[in-house]
Amino acid sequence: MIRINDLQFGYREGDFSLRVADLRIDKGATVAVIGPSGSGKTTLLNLMAGIALPRAGRVSTNGVEITALDDRARREFRIANIGLVFQEFELLEYLSVLDNILLPYRITPALHLDRVVRERAEDLARQVGIADKLVRLVKRLSHGERQRVAVCRALLTQPALLLADEPTGNLDPVNRDRVLDFLFDYSRSAGATLVTVTHDRDLLGRFASVIDMKSFQDLPEEVAS
Amino acid sequence: MRDVVYMAWRYLVYNRVKTTILVLAIMLIVYLPAGLNVLVGQSAARLTARAGATPLLVGAKGSAVELTLNSLYFDSGTPELARYREAERIAESRLADAIPLYVRYRARGYPIVGTNIDYFDFRRLRLAAGRSMAVLGECVLGAAVAKDLGLEPGSSLVSSPENVFDLAGVYPLKMHVTGVLAPSFGPDDRAVFVDIKTTWIIEGLGHGHQDLDEPAAASGVLSRDGRRITANASVVQYNEITAENLDSFHFHGDFGDYPISAVLAVPRDDRAGVILQGRYENADAPAQILRPGIVIDDLLATVLTIRSFVVAAMLIVGSGTLVTVALVFLLSLRLRRRELETLLKIGGARSRVAAVLCTEVVVVLVLGAVLAAGLTGVTRRLGAEAIQRFILS
Repeated sequence: MIRINDLQFGYREGDFSLRVADLRIDKGATVAVIGPSGSGKTTLLNLMAGIALPRAGRVSTNGVEITALDDRARREFRIANIGLVFQEFELLEYLSVLDNILLPYRITPALHLDRVVRERAEDLARQVGIADKLVRLVKRLSHGERQRVAVCRALLTQPALLLADEPTGNLDPVNRDRVLDFLFDYSRSAGATLVTVTHDRDLLGRFASVIDMKSFQDLPEEVAS
Repeated sequence: MRDVVYMAWRYLVYNRVKTTILVLAIMLIVYLPAGLNVLVGQSAARLTARAGATPLLVGAKGSAVELTLNSLYFDSGTPELARYREAERIAESRLADAIPLYVRYRARGYPIVGTNIDYFDFRRLRLAAGRSMAVLGECVLGAAVAKDLGLEPGSSLVSSPENVFDLAGVYPLKMHVTGVLAPSFGPDDRAVFVDIKTTWIIEGLGHGHQDLDEPAAASGVLSRDGRRITANASVVQYNEITAENLDSFHFHGDFGDYPISAVLAVPRDDRAGVILQGRYENADAPAQILRPGIVIDDLLATVLTIRSFVVAAMLIVGSGTLVTVALVFLLSLRLRRRELETLLKIGGARSRVAAVLCTEVVVVLVLGAVLAAGLTGVTRRLGAEAIQRFILS
């Protein structure tokens, strides 16, 4: 599902660098990415999504070598195949809950927004308990509710790969479990791969595999479901 | 496209204060020069039309513009005064009909136009109610005056003192309204028409007072020398002309020496007009003759030159405002950088994100332009008369 070979990454400024000799994540796997702050967890997710490009090496997702694609092709691939949940939710405050969930269909001509998609969005909102807040502006939602909106937005395109960057980082235990349950349920039912960055070691038991960023210092890594 | 417009609209609605300010800024940039053009164009057309319908104007030597504005629009300062003899001379020449005008006094803010009933025929004014003035002290109101003051035939209207501090000045005259003109959508709507002799009574050149031969007035008589009687201020002066005291009103001296502000000269034909003009070409002539159309054209040429400067200044200010608006958009892009990055991270098409941003700009521009067009339309319908009054006041 995800294959990374001989990857070298560094920012133009600063001395951060990331090297991944070999990393494989199988389809349907649930993987937690852990590591200290600044170890490159978010960068790794960005590389998997094709948001960031390595200096060297290859990243393949769903059998497509995204490092070989141009910017436009990578974005088209991403929106069709990858669901992203950001740590800070990154919702658009001027849109309602429903419009935020529908956002992927409004910002690319590659996807067509129709009645089926709207119903799917409403169904997702119902599953996470925010169906009664669809017309509300997101700034009027609680922290936990916003996170659920972000998760719904990531799942709307029914992606084969879910990349979540500390999706439960700022949530209380009840909301944390609720969001995680939802992500795991989706992964299980859709056979989607779930890669989640987390600091919470109590959650690691729920994941089939764990990637510790410390392991990328020298050793190759292989993760299987 | 629908999604692009929807996203842009949601953003603009959410940021409604910023959007409103930008729309208003664009509206002003467009409206100010456009509205000014409309107003100046319409005012010019109205001024030109009335001036063009007035063939010749005779008045004392002095400012041609003041003479024309006073005689045609009743709204400028009083020009140098001519003598009524000028009207008599033109009439006697048989080259033109002479319609005297004396526009100097006001009643409740509206100009009192002393003239004769030929004026109504000349301007094609029609009575909507009542009758024309027939005797001293009667007046006919323009449509707007009657409406604004709530007057009708049978009402009365008092002339205003020319100077409230002139305690020795003439008394106000209470005039009787005999008729109201139908609207003509020009300066005549906002004037009070009286016989020219009534304006002379307002000025004090004609007056009515207690019969000095009556015993009641005896105490006021200071001396008698044949027909010459000297009396003091205890003799009752009439400030209203009624059927009872009408006969007591009289004028002293020769009408030919009485003041008028102008004579509207309506030549029998073009040739008569040229001949009449020729008679005033002499530098020693006591009066000037002018074609109001030419005076107004010269005036408008000056106004239009000023307009082009004003429009140029507006365009410069507008350009500055436009740059500021552009800067606001650019700064807003910086503030929205994270949002835009998110859209691209999710996989949004650059072209569509750019289209959303462009649509926001276009919507603001279109709303501003539509509002400006609407305002210009309103100005076209309502503004010219108001601005003309403002300019001439």
